[in-house]
Amino acid sequence: MSVRMRRCLLFACLAGLVSSLAFTSCRPGGSGEQVVKLQGAGATFPNPLYQKWLSEYSKLHSNVQIDYQSVGSGAGIKQIQAQTVDFGASDAPMKDADLKAAPGEILHIPTVLGAVVITYNLAGVKQPLKFSGEVVADIFLGKIKKWNDPKITADNAGVSLPATDITVVHRSDGSGTSAVFTDYLSKISPEWKEKVGSGVSPSWPVGLGQKGNEGVTGQVKNTPNTLGYVELAYAIQNNLPVAHIKNSAGSFIEPSIDAVTAAAAASAGNTPEDLRVSITNAQGAAAYPISSYTYILLYKNQKDAAKGKVVVDFVWWGIHDGEKYAPTLHYAPLPADIVKRAEAKLKLVTANGAPLLST
Amino acid sequence: MSARVDTNPSRFGGFGTWRKALSPTGNTGDAIFRVLISLVALFVLAIVIAMVWALGSDSMMSIRRFGFTFLTSSHWNPIKGEFGALPFVYGTVMSSLIALLISVPLSLGIAVFLVEQAPHFIARPIGFLVELLAAIPSVVYGVWGIFVLAPFIRVYLGPPLLRLFGWTPLFRGPVTGIGLLTGGIILAIMVTPIISAVVRDVLAAVPGSQREAALALGATKWEMIRVVLVNGAPGIAGAVILGLGRALGETMAVTMVIGNRPEVSLSLFDPSYTIASAIANEFTEATDDLYLSSLVELGLILFLVTFIVNGIARVLVWNVTRKTGGVGRAA
Repeated sequence: MSVRMRRCLLFACLAGLVSSLAFTSCRPGGSGEQVVKLQGAGATFPNPLYQKWLSEYSKLHSNVQIDYQSVGSGAGIKQIQAQTVDFGASDAPMKDADLKAAPGEILHIPTVLGAVVITYNLAGVKQPLKFSGEVVADIFLGKIKKWNDPKITADNAGVSLPATDITVVHRSDGSGTSAVFTDYLSKISPEWKEKVGSGVSPSWPVGLGQKGNEGVTGQVKNTPNTLGYVELAYAIQNNLPVAHIKNSAGSFIEPSIDAVTAAAAASAGNTPEDLRVSITNAQGAAAYPISSYTYILLYKNQKDAAKGKVVVDFVWWGIHDGEKYAPTLHYAPLPADIVKRAEAKLKLVTANGAPLLST
Repeated sequence: MSARVDTNPSRFGGFGTWRKALSPTGNTGDAIFRVLISLVALFVLAIVIAMVWALGSDSMMSIRRFGFTFLTSSHWNPIKGEFGALPFVYGTVMSSLIALLISVPLSLGIAVFLVEQAPHFIARPIGFLVELLAAIPSVVYGVWGIFVLAPFIRVYLGPPLLRLFGWTPLFRGPVTGIGLLTGGIILAIMVTPIISAVVRDVLAAVPGSQREAALALGATKWEMIRVVLVNGAPGIAGAVILGLGRALGETMAVTMVIGNRPEVSLSLFDPSYTIASAIANEFTEATDDLYLSSLVELGLILFLVTFIVNGIARVLVWNVTRKTGGVGRAA
């Protein structure tokens, strides 16, 4: 009897514990204020910045709780199409077919810009190497095999390059970084466009694959005579050398936040109405050629007015006040006229026919 | 005790009442217990069926599109919509094979040493370390692979192998330190603790009387150990199959050192790719349906490869134990 009684008691205690836990998790803070919860998912590239935004924004608005999951641009697009998230995020703009497949009109709001840089490990070479787009394409096509190839030395007078093989390192996982990089190579090299094309998981003609920016960074840092492409932040944080790339105006540009914003500003004139644009190989004397926007995706007609209002307010805050957090995390802020055009887009967002922005 | 009764066919034959069928002893508690554990066992079967069904139905699109050529084609180009699994299957099987070639002799040695040779005060700490190795997360092995093993192979192991065996197709090309061989070695290091821990327990379970009998018949220590190994053969085989399972499905550590290149190349220095790594790498950004379907079919193939390899291993083991069992008895 006593054993059974003790067991009953234990069970009751457990049940009580579980139910009390469940209650506390349902009502955070316990205040009467209505908490709006939002869910976002998508690109990994802007994740550090978005997490910073979320933590700063929640300090200002205690009644808002936003989660962002960096599951990848592809998954972000899938989830906004399926309406399982309140906003999606993607590095590359959505394709026309993907937009058509969505149940409503989706708006692209650019948030910040990033750069893809060429990094390498070459002992004894102090000054940064200079590459034209054609040379980069030929290296990744496997046509340029040695570091002292005449095509490389032609742009790097005075640098003594070894006669060793170039070991190419690329991303093995599907990635927006690869999409931007191959988009650039496709614009530069007709051969690349025909043989490989552009996309998140291209079939690389040569090289080793590594997972993630950190994988490529680690491989290059660790192996002599390697060359790979990573996002600017990873090269800076790991003190890796970055190549200067020849832009369409003919000057070799060191990748920097200013040079990326310059690329966006220079292409603002031919940016289409829906803001879906590739800014690789941009015009402009100071523009860094391998740059790209990253976008937040949201429906023009929001189903839930309360949630929609918070989404729009948050993104509005991000492209204004949030931009100041971009440079410290090595993202380039939007140029002023693109902010204006993104504002106009956010003003279009409605719920039940009524616009959600009060400003 | 009821389990013993259940196996009795005469009782099984006559299903009287419901309760009789559930518990021939007629005890309610036994009946409940029997139903409960049967459900738990069926649960495993249900999961396997559900997995095969889900993998099969989700990969239908790619199966219809490519048919059998999916297995024989080496083109994997998501941009152009061409998908072939051969390089992944090759990489998976080869890396696991290399891993077993290295780890099985090593693990047997470790286990024999721990059980038959080492004094207690050495066997305990080494046994503990082996179990500790088995618990290290695979990503840690991967990081170690990139930063320690790959440079070691590039600088110290690769060049002499190239000099000695460069004439064979197995050791060709530039040694970057990243490739099939590195993947196989990292897998070997990962499965060795598992295999040796299980083999140690198997050998420890072999009755002491066997050893005493062998020694009493004038066997040397080596001959006595052979008797013990033959006795433990089925258990050892189980341990190897367990290790093989881990090697086939290992993802993180392998993807960090194998080079992730979907190409069939005989040279062990060349980069390769495994099925599990490919799925992990490409799933998140696979947006179009055929691409996703092909990745799921890769999963289905991994399932089948595991199934077939395990089957072959079991047949081999069955043959070996039957033969050596005879030899052991004759000796």
